[in-house]
Amino acid sequence: MVQLPIIDNLMYNVQRQGKLAFYMTHYGEEATLIGSAAALANDDEVLGQYRELGVLMWRGFTLADMMNSSFGNCEDPCSRGKQMPMHFGSRKHHFHMISSPLATQIPQAAGVAFALRRDPSRRGKNCAVVYFGEGAASEGDFHAGMLFASTIPSPTLFIARNNGFAISTPANEQYYGDGIAARGPGYGMHTIRVDGNDVLAVYNAVKEARRLCIDEGRGVLVEAMTYRVGHHSTSDDSFAYRPRQEVEDRKRLDNPLARFRLFLEARGWWSAEEDDALRARLKDEVLKAFKKAEALPKPELREMFEQVYGGEEPWTLREQREELGRLLKKYGDVWEPWKTELKKHKGAGKELMDTKP
Amino acid sequence: MTRAGAEPVSLVPATMISLKSTGRWRAATLARLHRRVRRWNSTATVAHPAGGHLPSVATSSFLRTTRDSALRTAGIHWTDEQESGSSDSLIAGRETRKMNMYQAVRDALSNAMMRDDTAVVFGEDVAFGGVFRCTMGLAEEFGRERVFNTPLSEQGIAGFGIGIAAMGQTAIAEIQFADYIFPAFDQIVNEAAKYRYRSYGQFDAGSLTIRCPSMAVGHGGHYHSQSPEGFFMGAAGIKVVIPRSPTQAKGLLLASIRDPNPVIFMEPKILYRSAVEQVPVGDYQLPLSKAETLIRGSDLTVLSWGTPIYHCETALHMLANPSDKLSSHVPSSVRGAKVELIDLRTILPWDVDTVAESVNRTGRLVVVHEAGRVGGVGAEIGAEIQRRCFLKLNAPVKLITGWDMPVPMQFEKFYMPDSLRILDGIIEALTY
Repeated sequence: MVQLPIIDNLMYNVQRQGKLAFYMTHYGEEATLIGSAAALANDDEVLGQYRELGVLMWRGFTLADMMNSSFGNCEDPCSRGKQMPMHFGSRKHHFHMISSPLATQIPQAAGVAFALRRDPSRRGKNCAVVYFGEGAASEGDFHAGMLFASTIPSPTLFIARNNGFAISTPANEQYYGDGIAARGPGYGMHTIRVDGNDVLAVYNAVKEARRLCIDEGRGVLVEAMTYRVGHHSTSDDSFAYRPRQEVEDRKRLDNPLARFRLFLEARGWWSAEEDDALRARLKDEVLKAFKKAEALPKPELREMFEQVYGGEEPWTLREQREELGRLLKKYGDVWEPWKTELKKHKGAGKELMDTKP
Repeated sequence: MTRAGAEPVSLVPATMISLKSTGRWRAATLARLHRRVRRWNSTATVAHPAGGHLPSVATSSFLRTTRDSALRTAGIHWTDEQESGSSDSLIAGRETRKMNMYQAVRDALSNAMMRDDTAVVFGEDVAFGGVFRCTMGLAEEFGRERVFNTPLSEQGIAGFGIGIAAMGQTAIAEIQFADYIFPAFDQIVNEAAKYRYRSYGQFDAGSLTIRCPSMAVGHGGHYHSQSPEGFFMGAAGIKVVIPRSPTQAKGLLLASIRDPNPVIFMEPKILYRSAVEQVPVGDYQLPLSKAETLIRGSDLTVLSWGTPIYHCETALHMLANPSDKLSSHVPSSVRGAKVELIDLRTILPWDVDTVAESVNRTGRLVVVHEAGRVGGVGAEIGAEIQRRCFLKLNAPVKLITGWDMPVPMQFEKFYMPDSLRILDGIIEALTY
């Protein structure tokens, strides 16, 4: 919980300096992410939206992984530089690949859960967990996913992060009913709403929801009420549609980190000194990982053509790779935009230029 | 997984039941179709008079009437042998059975499920046998956990299938008509097609196959007639496959189910009952991304897929032996033309080598498809072939397609690229 805003601070700022294409912070939703992650088994299959880095890192996704993926460098373990930053995914950590289209992961999660139920080694042990915002819940795919998980019984744990905004659209322009939770019973689904800024409440709710989900082999819905303290993304200035004071008030009055820290301090389990030391250490680690990832080159150019298809490569891709190789050979030294860019890639495109057509 | 007292298995033709339950079809029109389709008879040798497009399916020389010809299907790869005993060319002891296309599809699904415990079949109304009977008896054979109805939601079906496939299990989804695949377009194009690429191969949806009945049926109007293959042409990452016959359907479907990529398998629904032939009962596959040359020729290449293959066959008969009424339109100089006919079979990624080799030999290309022309598959093929065969082309690449409009109910005869339009296009290309 403490690490997430430290990563966010650094990444947000370096994006502002132009060193990173894009970033999305998690400010205000730390308790929802960490509380739910802690309540899950580490091999429950997670399908996220994009603001769930905390869940992935809870499972052991390292700072190096995170930074390499954000830069899309040659060590990027997620998409090897194919997707935008913040689109994480790791087979090893049972965290499915993030994609930009909203809510598409929701019916997929029902399918993943169905597959878990059909797998004798995981049936009754694991569930599929799907995170989404209250805005994404307006998509048809939300309806489909909820409907499928309940009708074709599939242990799917739906976790809605209701943070009040979908980019600029406030929740009261997103729906007229009683939030997302009120929809659960309509699908015949056990449902609970929880204070998403209270990490212990989230932990308890998700823990019990997960138990029900697996015991009954059906979908269960959790709506975590929180507030998106940060801008939607680095491409957004949220003060264009909401007052700065409202955000400041939220940060001060209902801060998930402060709430949990006070709880720990009241028990004598934590102190201001320990807190300072932790922050200093984490800042140092984050900065080191950042610098290391920043220095790594982009992936080899040939990788652009790989993994489009499994099995035999179609002639179209083979020919197009050869065509790019020929063009690089011809213009790679004389066309500035390519010349500059080639230097940033591991191998500088040589592997494409050297292939015989 | 379904409510207690689920639909009983009925002996009423499946198509008629669906009409009521989905409200998407009219029983009367279907019944008319049944009456019109001539039953195939293995002993019939009388050629049907040229002109009608449906009867040509019943008498097509592309359909295998004998066990031996069925077992010698080009490119057949037996997949039911032990690892050690590879016997691709061995046909002794193998059996065939007369099947129409929906039975062959059902046979393929049964084979796939028998060999792969993870395989599941799902979609709207598949549990009782499917509105076209393609899943008849599968629920009884494999259980309701493996063959089940889904809620009526195409985006849900596709997304659910992707989720199953992402876990490495085999998902065989059905979209009731290709016309209704568009709600799933996002899941197919943005998700299934990109799943492998965007995750650097960590995840893929390769074990997903989406089957959907497609093409015209005589009276399907806007939403029971479409050929949407062209919309998927640019969706790198998926494959699109269209069979022309029962044997092809079974072999290509089994290959699609086992291909490491998501495949959309479009079944020309008018052939479900009308195309009947001897089909090998064993487990076999036919190769994807391989076109098949049905007739060898040296003067012109005709390329098509699905239903129009039979219209092309009829057109070639009309070219060689025009009826009295048509004879004045068919110059005697072209009647002896040797026309090569190719079934493309896989639309994406398509077999450019076979087509280009053919056109380089014949110097002329006619592409026939039911979908509209603009932005269609024919446009893509035409552009690629003129690039590869520019110096050998003796006539412009000719596209004979549906017109650029929704498929119109009462005008279908004038909309479809039937044998007459194909004949006219062939003559135009030959006499250019």
